[in-house]
Amino acid sequence: MSNPSFVRTEMLPPQKPPMGQTGVLRWLRENLFSSPFNTFLTLLGIWAVYTLAVGAAPWLMNSMWNVDSVDDCRAILAANGETTGACWGVVRTRWHQFFFGFYEQSEYWRPMLAFALLFVSIAPILYFNLRRPNAIMVGGASIFLVLVLAGLGTDGWHLGIAAFLMAALTAVAWIAPKWLLWMTLAFPATAYYLLWGGSVWGPIGVMAGFGLAYLVFRLLQGEIGVTPAAGIASLTAVVWWLFLQGIVTAFLAGILPWSLTAESPDTFGGFLLSFTIGVSAISASLPLGILLALGRRSDMFLIKTLSVGFIEFVRGVPLITMLFTASLLLQYFLPPQTNFDLILRVIILVSLFASAYIAEVIRGGMASLPRGQQEAADALGLDYWQAQRLIMMPQALKVSIPGIESSFLSLFKDTTLVALVGLADPLVGITRVVRSDINWKAAYWEPFIFVGVIFFVFCFSMSRYSMYLERKLKTDHR
Amino acid sequence: MAMISEAPKGNFRLSMLIYDTRYRALTIQVIVLGLFIAFVLWLMFNLQSNLAAKDKDIDFTFIFNRAGYDIGQQLIPYTSDDTHARALVVGLLNTLIVAFFACIAATVIGVIAGVLRLSKNWLVGRLMTVYVEVFRNIPLLLWIILAFTIFSENMPEAKDFKVTPEMVQQGIDPPQEKWFFGTTAFTNRGTNIPAPSLENPLGTVTLWNTPISLSVLAAIAILVVSFWGNSRILAHAKAIQEETGDRPATWWKSLLILCGPIVVFLYASGFYLDVPHFPIDESGASKGFNFVGGIRVGHSFMALFIALSIYHGTYVTEAVRAGILAISRGQTEAAYALGLRPNRTMNLVILPQALRVIIPPLISQYLNITKNTTLGMAISYLDLKGTLGGITLNQTGRELECMLMMMLIYLILSLLISLGMNIFNNSVKLKER
Amino acid sequence: MANTAQMQVTDEVAIQITAMNKWYGQFHVLRDINMTVNRGERIVVCGPSGSGKSTLIRCINRLEEHQAGQIVVDGTELTSDLKNIDKVRSEVGMVFQHFNLFPHLTILENLTLAPIWVRKTPKREAIETAMYFLEKVKIPEQAGKYPGQLSGGQQQRVAIARSLCMKPRIMLFDEPTSALDPEMIKEVLDTMIGLAEDGMTMICVTHEMGFAQAVANRVVFMDQGQIVEQNEPKEFFSNPKSDRTKLFLSQILGH
Repeated sequence: MSNPSFVRTEMLPPQKPPMGQTGVLRWLRENLFSSPFNTFLTLLGIWAVYTLAVGAAPWLMNSMWNVDSVDDCRAILAANGETTGACWGVVRTRWHQFFFGFYEQSEYWRPMLAFALLFVSIAPILYFNLRRPNAIMVGGASIFLVLVLAGLGTDGWHLGIAAFLMAALTAVAWIAPKWLLWMTLAFPATAYYLLWGGSVWGPIGVMAGFGLAYLVFRLLQGEIGVTPAAGIASLTAVVWWLFLQGIVTAFLAGILPWSLTAESPDTFGGFLLSFTIGVSAISASLPLGILLALGRRSDMFLIKTLSVGFIEFVRGVPLITMLFTASLLLQYFLPPQTNFDLILRVIILVSLFASAYIAEVIRGGMASLPRGQQEAADALGLDYWQAQRLIMMPQALKVSIPGIESSFLSLFKDTTLVALVGLADPLVGITRVVRSDINWKAAYWEPFIFVGVIFFVFCFSMSRYSMYLERKLKTDHR
Repeated sequence: MAMISEAPKGNFRLSMLIYDTRYRALTIQVIVLGLFIAFVLWLMFNLQSNLAAKDKDIDFTFIFNRAGYDIGQQLIPYTSDDTHARALVVGLLNTLIVAFFACIAATVIGVIAGVLRLSKNWLVGRLMTVYVEVFRNIPLLLWIILAFTIFSENMPEAKDFKVTPEMVQQGIDPPQEKWFFGTTAFTNRGTNIPAPSLENPLGTVTLWNTPISLSVLAAIAILVVSFWGNSRILAHAKAIQEETGDRPATWWKSLLILCGPIVVFLYASGFYLDVPHFPIDESGASKGFNFVGGIRVGHSFMALFIALSIYHGTYVTEAVRAGILAISRGQTEAAYALGLRPNRTMNLVILPQALRVIIPPLISQYLNITKNTTLGMAISYLDLKGTLGGITLNQTGRELECMLMMMLIYLILSLLISLGMNIFNNSVKLKER
Repeated sequence: MANTAQMQVTDEVAIQITAMNKWYGQFHVLRDINMTVNRGERIVVCGPSGSGKSTLIRCINRLEEHQAGQIVVDGTELTSDLKNIDKVRSEVGMVFQHFNLFPHLTILENLTLAPIWVRKTPKREAIETAMYFLEKVKIPEQAGKYPGQLSGGQQQRVAIARSLCMKPRIMLFDEPTSALDPEMIKEVLDTMIGLAEDGMTMICVTHEMGFAQAVANRVVFMDQGQIVEQNEPKEFFSNPKSDRTKLFLSQILGH
């Protein structure tokens, strides 16, 4: 038997691997040419890239920006003896229609401010109380806003207001990020006011209804419990909105007639429209989706059936049918003489549509939580709503953020469908308008590529960001 | 000494309706039911007043009136004299056929791209990633419209395929050539593909004004029998393996029994491909204005089919990739350590597990494909939405009835697909504690 | 307590590793490994994490490739020749830290899969062998269940039985008890002791020093990819010679 004992006196230093094991050649050998089949695939891939490049390059190389019509393009091409070239003049002259639709040009600062405030509202939700990420997001949005407004040629007065507001918000983000949550709460009213215009008391009145309901809820909650208090609070809000609000706001408007120029909803178009519908639908669908998810998991038979029925119905029908319901059918089910604009109707139905998908995402998030969480909450004596609000929902939402983000991206892409009910989305609606101009009748690649690139940039960055968030949040969750 | 044999009975008080856990749920549900019924009644009331104001009513009999419009792509015979009901069926068939082909194509594309994306070949992996990211981050509608525009504006004209007398003299070819070994011609009026035809068909049987070919039924029956025969061969081989340990080679037997009978049948029926072509006159030049023979597929179908396949192929790619990655490396290592070769490992260990993870998202993609066929409206593809929810709705003005019927049909379709998925899930669920 | 009198070590060489080196890219993960394992020997390999001990035993059944040096198992040299690899893998069994049972197959199917498809054993014979080994690991009643329905300790014992069904002459264990709850470690260690009593040649990477003292006839300590010290367990634990060994032992046994 061999002597088993052995002691090493000196540790060996690391050495270089033998030749042919590393380096560019080895990488090429391993990754691209490791087997006959792999070699074939590599050659196929190279051929595919080559054909694409050769096909697209001449067209892209001859890009013409400073032209005012397709005929101009053709003339330039003929003069140079070329056969194909990209005619980007359509983008140069019509980009504002793609982005803002038919919105009044002098009022562009309003949607841009609303867009920047969107980031201000999202920051505290994503980053809670951390000052640095909050400040970075708000500060970044501010700089972006100022640059864009300056580029758009906004007048000094409005530019100054916007810059000042954003600077103040950045300061708040740094000092006390939690206060930004007030901006988040106020965002629906602020955005609506900025985009649609009209008297400032309208949105304030709607917000007052919510505030009133909340006050009533807090007062009564201790006495009669959460659910009855919620019921009475909702009733109060409804009474306010239907009856009292009109009187009070008219009165206040008489004293302080602050208003922005009202923009007719017909002027909404392009990416402005897509964002408005997308963001509104997702934000409205979140609370509804949470309620639906809770309802689906409830033990109460009726609530569960209603939730399941709604979710399965909405998920079973195509979005177009919901859009057509919005444009054709909704008015049948509302009291006669109510008539509100198509965009709001579309937003309502798209929100209902999105809420079913969000409900499924949140349900998945809740299912992934350990069962012990609910039991621990019960053992501590928390009632149903407290347990949900303090324990279950925060965790479930954090886990579901990637799913919510991907639902938002899907929804954002689906907003292009509103073209089929006559709204001016950037893809079909605006392109049709642009091509009805005699100058650009024959341009079809360039507008599509432009819109496609914008969508790609936005969706790709959002999906990368969501993957980054997912990685970051996973480490917290272990 | 008093023994507690039953729960103490308290007196019933009204507040117990809210506080007592036994009644609380009931109270809440009663209230919710009441609110729900009130809501539905309010909707119905509004509906009635609105209909009365417009002097309309709810009536489904319009479905049996004459439709009065043509549908370009029809899988069953249909003319404008047929009823709206028949137009509905034609539209539904159009939906199903484009969904069916798109599902198959998306699966094929997705599986290939998914496997390639995981390959060690760096170039191919990156190319697949580019494919997925580019096609997924751009709305489907754009791809559909782009495909349609390419087909309708970028394709050659039919006459470019013709052989003119001058070409015959000079011995040169026409400017445009057919694709896929001279069988398919893409023109700006449609895509002409070869039609499978039989010289000696078995005849047809007509049901609801639809001819059903007996030869097709016979072919299906033969294929079913072939598959059954193949499964018996495989079972027989498995039994031998269990007895002796040696598995007999089955590949040639399977090939024979799957392909043999159907090939014989097709040969006996005189199977040939009716290739679209121009009739030739004496000098060898083409005559006529358009292709003769074959099937002409409209641009709407081609554009919708291609866009749906490529777009949803990206989601299938991701599902396949996730499925394969979900199987931990340890499974492969354990199989290798036991001496199993790579292809056996794939068949016996990896694939069964991966399919469990891949198939549910795959089926929900099929559902999405079916729902997204409605986007064909943008390019005038007359599917269910185009006929029932489009022309019929506009012509008869019966918005409510049409929308309700349409939603019902889509609901039934999705519930069927979901049911299939649930059955699959339950049958392959891994048993756990 | 293990019956060490019955555990014989022969003179026949089972595994011979000569000047073996392995790199992951530029990282020199195994440096100049020289090791001889006789048939019947039970070797415990220990060391801090990252020392390369798992990589070492994974090289023995070619789950990892070595770039320099020689590994000869049962007279067959391990190269890229597939036939050699197959031969070695059928003689060497491996038990993993995370069991790696096939979740879609029953316990019985897990055990009979390899004999049927690799050794081409008829099914009846394979089942007999499987039940024999299931009884050896003391869980014959679980044959019809699925891995997800068993506890961790039971799963690991099934994994051991699965490797044994291929009738290997050498067994490799890669931290077999690290993923188990404490109360299940004993049942797995007992199974391994039983194997040793039957004369199986074993190389075991583990932190269970009690097992090492009871069963091993050689303890190998590795650090930074090289063998630092090896000795009989008694000598090794009571009289470690290298400073690194002393440091490691103080951390493991200290509390």
